[in-house]
Amino acid sequence: MVDTWQLVVFWALFAMMGVSALRVVTSSNVVHAALYLVVTLMGAAALYVLLLAEFVAWVQVLVYVGAIIVLMLFGLMLTRAPIGKGMFDNDQRLVAAVTAGALFGVTTWIIVDAFEGQKITLSKATGIRAESIGDVIFSSFVLPFEVISMLLLAALIGAVVIARRD
Amino acid sequence: MPITYLLILSSMLFSIGVYGVLARQNAVLILLSIELMLNAVNINLVAFSAMFGAEGVAGQVFALFIIAVAAAEVGVGLAIVILIFRNRSNVDVDEMSLMKW
Repeated sequence: MVDTWQLVVFWALFAMMGVSALRVVTSSNVVHAALYLVVTLMGAAALYVLLLAEFVAWVQVLVYVGAIIVLMLFGLMLTRAPIGKGMFDNDQRLVAAVTAGALFGVTTWIIVDAFEGQKITLSKATGIRAESIGDVIFSSFVLPFEVISMLLLAALIGAVVIARRD
Repeated sequence: MPITYLLILSSMLFSIGVYGVLARQNAVLILLSIELMLNAVNINLVAFSAMFGAEGVAGQVFALFIIAVAAAEVGVGLAIVILIFRNRSNVDVDEMSLMKW
């Protein structure tokens, strides 16, 4: 019973994320493209909740939807992106569609070939809570964590230096 | 839930992102497509983490690391885009051919 509802929610999210992701890459209005990306990212957050990864879901909402999309919208406004039909696509749309379609076909074939029949069993016992993520980050993964913090600092300084008007 | 469903969703998002990177002309829209691709990778990591149960916590940790790297990438990328806009007053990647041989 629970499994059926998980599948219903999953296919609803699948349809929502597929349609909004397609709109991100085809919309002729740049602001609409950014807002459709919000829908896709929120769908991914809902999927993480469905997979009992609550901490990743909230980080997704806070960092992606709260920070990255706002940064993107600022970027669109600061570069005065024009709004209109067909101004953002170049002339290799057909080649791009064929490449993306072939990639999707090949990866789907490999995935079905390699993982068919393997199941995720979700229950209260298998959910990973924020507590255990914190434990692991500050014990086994403390070096990558520090490297990430240095990377963020470098990106911060780099962005200021690059974009500064001098 | 079969894990193939999640992996197919992730490969679909990745392919749509590839299409966006190849077909778009505006640099900011290309960054949006790159975000789609990074998100597809995160879905993969969380799906495998769920498959391994309590032992799969490393998958979620690396999903968090990827989110942090994506934030850094967008910050530097948009700084470069804004610098290019200031110098050339448009951000079409087709016209940035200065370093092309």
